[in-house]
Amino acid sequence: MTETPRHRSYGLTDEQVVEMYRYMVLARKVDERMWLLNRSGKIPFVISCQGQEGAQAGAAFALNPKKDYIAPYYRDLCMVLAYGHTARTELLAAFGKPEDPNSGGRQMPGHYGDRSRRILTGSSPVSTQIPHAVGIALANKMRGEDGVAYVSFGEGSSNQGDFHEAANFAGVHKLPVIFFCENNRYAISVPQDKQLGCINVADRAIGYGFEGVVVDGMEPLEVYRVMKGAVEKARAGGGPTLVEAKTYRLVPHSSDDDDRAYRSREEVEEAKRTDSLVRMKAYLLENGVLTEAEEADLVAAIQEEVNEATQYAEQAASADPGTLFDHVYAKEVL
Amino acid sequence: MPVRQYIEAIHDGLSAEMAADDRVFVLGEDVGVRGGVFRVTSGLFEQFGEARVVDTPLAESAIVGVAIGAAAVGMRPVAEIQFADFILPAMNQIVSEAAKMRYRSNGDWSCPLVVRAPYGGGIHGALYHSQSVEALFAHVPGLKIATPATPADAKGMLRAAIRDPDPVLFFEHKKLYRLLKEDVPDEDYIVPLGKAAVRRQGDDITVISYGYVLHLVLEAADRLASEGITTEVLDLRTLRPLDEEAILSAARKTGKVLIVHEDNKVAGVGAEVSAMIAEKALFDLDAPIARLAGPEVPAMPFAPPLERAYLLDVEKVTNAMRELARF
Repeated sequence: MTETPRHRSYGLTDEQVVEMYRYMVLARKVDERMWLLNRSGKIPFVISCQGQEGAQAGAAFALNPKKDYIAPYYRDLCMVLAYGHTARTELLAAFGKPEDPNSGGRQMPGHYGDRSRRILTGSSPVSTQIPHAVGIALANKMRGEDGVAYVSFGEGSSNQGDFHEAANFAGVHKLPVIFFCENNRYAISVPQDKQLGCINVADRAIGYGFEGVVVDGMEPLEVYRVMKGAVEKARAGGGPTLVEAKTYRLVPHSSDDDDRAYRSREEVEEAKRTDSLVRMKAYLLENGVLTEAEEADLVAAIQEEVNEATQYAEQAASADPGTLFDHVYAKEVL
Repeated sequence: MPVRQYIEAIHDGLSAEMAADDRVFVLGEDVGVRGGVFRVTSGLFEQFGEARVVDTPLAESAIVGVAIGAAAVGMRPVAEIQFADFILPAMNQIVSEAAKMRYRSNGDWSCPLVVRAPYGGGIHGALYHSQSVEALFAHVPGLKIATPATPADAKGMLRAAIRDPDPVLFFEHKKLYRLLKEDVPDEDYIVPLGKAAVRRQGDDITVISYGYVLHLVLEAADRLASEGITTEVLDLRTLRPLDEEAILSAARKTGKVLIVHEDNKVAGVGAEVSAMIAEKALFDLDAPIARLAGPEVPAMPFAPPLERAYLLDVEKVTNAMRELARF
């Protein structure tokens, strides 16, 4: 092949693009394991990232985990893995074990957080994290630091007042924040045409004085390219960008949902055939970055990692009821 | 020691904390060039610049939500909500986010945030510029709620709130802003949160109160002293956490307790104080616990006779206290 592979022209090395794929597969395998554990009665709840791994991996690689805070939402498993979490940390969360760095087993799985890794703690009411990211960006600007803040959310969440209030605030103050909408076409059962009065979530950006960009969220490299531009602009003082990655949720909303009520099996099967993992694997093979055998080894190693993590998390110590009252307020009092 | 109004004391407390700690900044509607609609932040824009005195878009959830994000990464924001009545769009940010960040992250994250808001009636503010909203938040673990009643407390408690590692709602009774003057220390001092203050000593009845109506209670106590009734007056100062020791001690001292607040009665702060006394000091009481509070109507009307009918005054407070003394 004489043409330069796309990832290199976007500034990614072969190693980086394999790493990107590895995070995508890791996220998928951890997610699939959680469903298995849920269906076998071992964990009470799963909320899934399946179908959105590519968008998250592309976005993550455009950020600098040493200075950029992220305020993820509950589907951002691949994002937090790229930010330093592991199969073990997320399975500890799934089992609600105190060793879980997200919340020490206090929150449902998918409620990420880790101060040492610049992952802001999140909650369940959607969009509340969006003004938080704007506040982080404001703090960065006040302190003269060049970190950017990244916040993600679904297309349904882009209807909340907090999205609009935060976007406007960031637009007025030209803050270094990236609004990353993972549009997976359904807010639980309600399709995007019943959620959005406009065609694209990205169309909303212009009302707040900054650029909105639509990108195919099933193409991690394209997401990376768009995100890299947005991050560079924010770091240089150019203000916010709203990036909308068009994705698809391959599984029900959560372990308590049944998506057969609101979408056809054909639609889901078609999305699985064109999913980002399928496309990324094909890309890596076509461009000679990975061989079939190397890819199989990579998947096998991840499977092993997930197995070990499951065993570790299941056997880890359970929460001590005596800790119920810890951390309501700081220990030190004036 | 300089004599300062309540509003000046709050301004001075803000200014002193901003001068002492460059992580402290204020944000809110009209707080910058205008210096706040009540003028609390007057001069801060000139003193500290627009980066630290931030005029925000008119959107309360963003004011608090942005402040939460900044607090999480090490800043010390002081958010102003122009009237406490308008804090409700930020309720989700305060209750779901600020109050729970430390707990839900197992102590990993925290939210050292102050939200200031003028509250209370008696200024012809009608339904939406007069409300007392403290009870809506007093139910929420993870929050602290300050309601200072004097200039010296306002300054010292604000400084304590800004230095506090957890979110503090700081409610300023707007009728007190220019009503009261007293000596307020210039030096660095704080009035710790969670500590009530005995404002007057007495042996016949105990009145527990906070905010503007505390001053009605003190005036009523003066009147009753001439009738031979002496009153122990406790100023709660902080509504969460309540100072249980001070409340029980004040209740036990006279055995007759009246709780007075401007906010309406049902599920108000008085209900909690009353329950605490009933649970822990019932056998020290000589009379049923009494409450005098705002009426059970949605909010304060504009028409002056209706506003007066809603509000407590010295007459109503004196009568309630006398009635308890005679029990």
